Amino acid sequence: MPSFVMTEKCDGCKGQDKTACMYICPNDLMMLDKEKMKAYNQEPNYCWECYCCVKICPQQAMDVRSYQDFVPMGAASTPLRGSQDIMWTIKFRDGRLKRFKYQTRTTDEGSIKPFDGFPEANPADLNNLFLLGEPDIMGIKELPTVKK
Amino acid sequence: MRDFATQVVETDVLILGGGMSGCGAAVEAAYWAKPLGLKVTLIDKAAIDRSGPVAMGLSAINTYMGMDGKVTQNSRMPERFVEYVTNDQMGIMRQDMVYDIARHVDSSVKHFDKWGLPIWKDEAGNYTKSGEWQVMISGESYKIIVAEAAKAAIGALGDKGEIMERVMITHLLKDEKETDRIAGAVGFSVREDKFYVFKAKVTIALMGGAVHVFRPRSQGEGFGRSWMPPFVNGSVYALVLEAGGELTQMDNTFVPPRFKDSYGPVGTFFLLFKTPALNAYDEPYVGAYPNEVAAWAPYANAKPTPTPMRNYEMILCAKEGKAPFMMHTERVVERFKKEISDPKELKKKIKMYEMEAWEDFLDMTIQGATNWAAHNVDPLEKPMELQLSDSVFIGSHACSCGSWCCGPEDLMPAEYKDSFPAQYNCMTTVKGLFTAGCGVGACAHKFSSGSHVQGRIVGKSVVRFANDNKGYVPTVSDATIAKYKETVLRPMALYEEKKGFTTQSDVNPDYISPHNYLFRLQKIMGEYAGGWETLYGTSDKQLEIGIWKLGMLGEDTEKLAAKDLHELMRAWEAYHRYLVGEACARTRLARKESRWPGYYYKYDYLKLDDSQRNFINVKYDVNTKEWTLLTRPMIEIV
Repeated sequence: MPSFVMTEKCDGCKGQDKTACMYICPNDLMMLDKEKMKAYNQEPNYCWECYCCVKICPQQAMDVRSYQDFVPMGAASTPLRGSQDIMWTIKFRDGRLKRFKYQTRTTDEGSIKPFDGFPEANPADLNNLFLLGEPDIMGIKELPTVKK
Repeated sequence: MRDFATQVVETDVLILGGGMSGCGAAVEAAYWAKPLGLKVTLIDKAAIDRSGPVAMGLSAINTYMGMDGKVTQNSRMPERFVEYVTNDQMGIMRQDMVYDIARHVDSSVKHFDKWGLPIWKDEAGNYTKSGEWQVMISGESYKIIVAEAAKAAIGALGDKGEIMERVMITHLLKDEKETDRIAGAVGFSVREDKFYVFKAKVTIALMGGAVHVFRPRSQGEGFGRSWMPPFVNGSVYALVLEAGGELTQMDNTFVPPRFKDSYGPVGTFFLLFKTPALNAYDEPYVGAYPNEVAAWAPYANAKPTPTPMRNYEMILCAKEGKAPFMMHTERVVERFKKEISDPKELKKKIKMYEMEAWEDFLDMTIQGATNWAAHNVDPLEKPMELQLSDSVFIGSHACSCGSWCCGPEDLMPAEYKDSFPAQYNCMTTVKGLFTAGCGVGACAHKFSSGSHVQGRIVGKSVVRFANDNKGYVPTVSDATIAKYKETVLRPMALYEEKKGFTTQSDVNPDYISPHNYLFRLQKIMGEYAGGWETLYGTSDKQLEIGIWKLGMLGEDTEKLAAKDLHELMRAWEAYHRYLVGEACARTRLARKESRWPGYYYKYDYLKLDDSQRNFINVKYDVNTKEWTLLTRPMIEIV
């Protein structure tokens, strides 16, 4: 189900060196035509339809049109991703609509501090089994092992 | 030929890949490296916010013990997990490594919870377990959250931490003084004309599994709709082979039974919703062939039925003409109607089921949702078809392929110790080269959480290695760097040199495009090595001719041509896939039984032979192009 870019909505991310879709695509599919200042999918048959580009596009200029080798035409799943949730609109081939909203995270974007609340690593502990925060974070007192 | 700049990056810990295990490695390596002043460098082929198979999201964490008891059901300890995983993979497993994942995995999930991943909980705060090992999540942003933690951890190192994105790694570097040791890696930017040399005290290869080695079922626009993402190209397996390291169980590829074509997930439908999956005549296929599967005892009798046996029952059923298989999502609603008499309660229950069923798809396989809508199928009203998909190499799933690695000191059987140049958890048979996640073989059922925690295990392990080897300085000569630069860029140089000979650049007698090279690999693997084309069946004779053809494909590698940086990436991805394919075919030839018949079976040895209950490992000599097969014993620890 390859991604596509709507000509009228795409502004090429205003001439920055790379567009949001180019930045995010896990398969390096998105390209910017610098003359037209429009992005496009250079290899649609390698698209995994992960929607990462659709979700990140600041102009909502991207969507996905299902693979035509097995999907009948006319349906769409369209996301609107906020900072802590995502809203999906599902359009059926026969025109029925469904809407679903799901949580995506419980903290503010950019708030993660992975070492906060744990003591600084002590190189003398490199030889023990405990990883960051263990065993306390797991709610147990010691790591299990097998008696040989 | 364009002029490519060469950039040399020197570091202590080199992490190749920023998926789940790469992000785990980043957090843990940064934590331990900080007080020692060691430098950590993370390289990703894409952007780590959305790289790897969790890019789209996930709707469940499939490996969680709940050792603290704070789960809605099924608080488990590692022994039981080890028994389950060993049975699921038909009796062959590195139990030491599986045990290690099980005893640590809860800690990664607790970190995810703290970082902001929405984990489903009951009113008392217990995690919602949908099965023995699975915890439900709202995981659209799972990878973004895990990547944010990795970036923050590397960021905490200041100028001793760096992340470089859009760099494709092609080769590992061997030290020129200590020739059996890894001294770093080389690669190129997919965005600018730049060749990279990374010199490191220790290297971790974490580029995941491999898809598109076998031919995907969809060949048109849907070529990219593999179950596992098309950007996972087997670099770990290829780099370990090229370094002379040992891979294990490369014949054991996973064949996921999924919603047909879209590859929508099935786990939640089976476990949480108890959805019946039936053949075309409304009969269950699991358990329908007791006489045929008796040859796979005792493993076939284990509960739950091992994944390869459930698959094999689907194959037997299909051969009887009883396909298609249907996932009866609508019968869940019928069951609710029988069970719940209060109309208000019933309506609420159905609404909840609808929300959760769609979320399961929208969180991780959006095409599954669109495919329902495109067929006018409302899952509350109609069933949808199931099918076995194409074979994939995914050492973190119900699959055992990967590198032969050193286990934890307190658990690894003494018999394995000689395989390794030194005892460091998750080190391969090559000194200074480590892996985790899909890269570690015979260590199945890690899934996302187990891959993350194994990344953390390796992250700590490599810092210990780097600290123990403080005085080591990589020796890589300028001549070696120049040779690799020429090799890595050769597909672009060849294209420039030869393209003018024909009027159409894609048809030329002097080179092969990465796409055509890939198609040739997939055709050989699919038709000779047990792909879906033959319903996963093969034989020694088929494999022999397949390997002969693979040899010529390998020779044609030097004729790969690339018109731009994107195709240069495709060229090296395709070469790595070729090595994975040949390692698989050779291991399948060496195994004279059909141990995992729903993954692949051999017509000439259509049974399980427990005298062959051992690991089959494969090695490659990059200079002589010779392959070596060897066996290692299966030793139980629980």
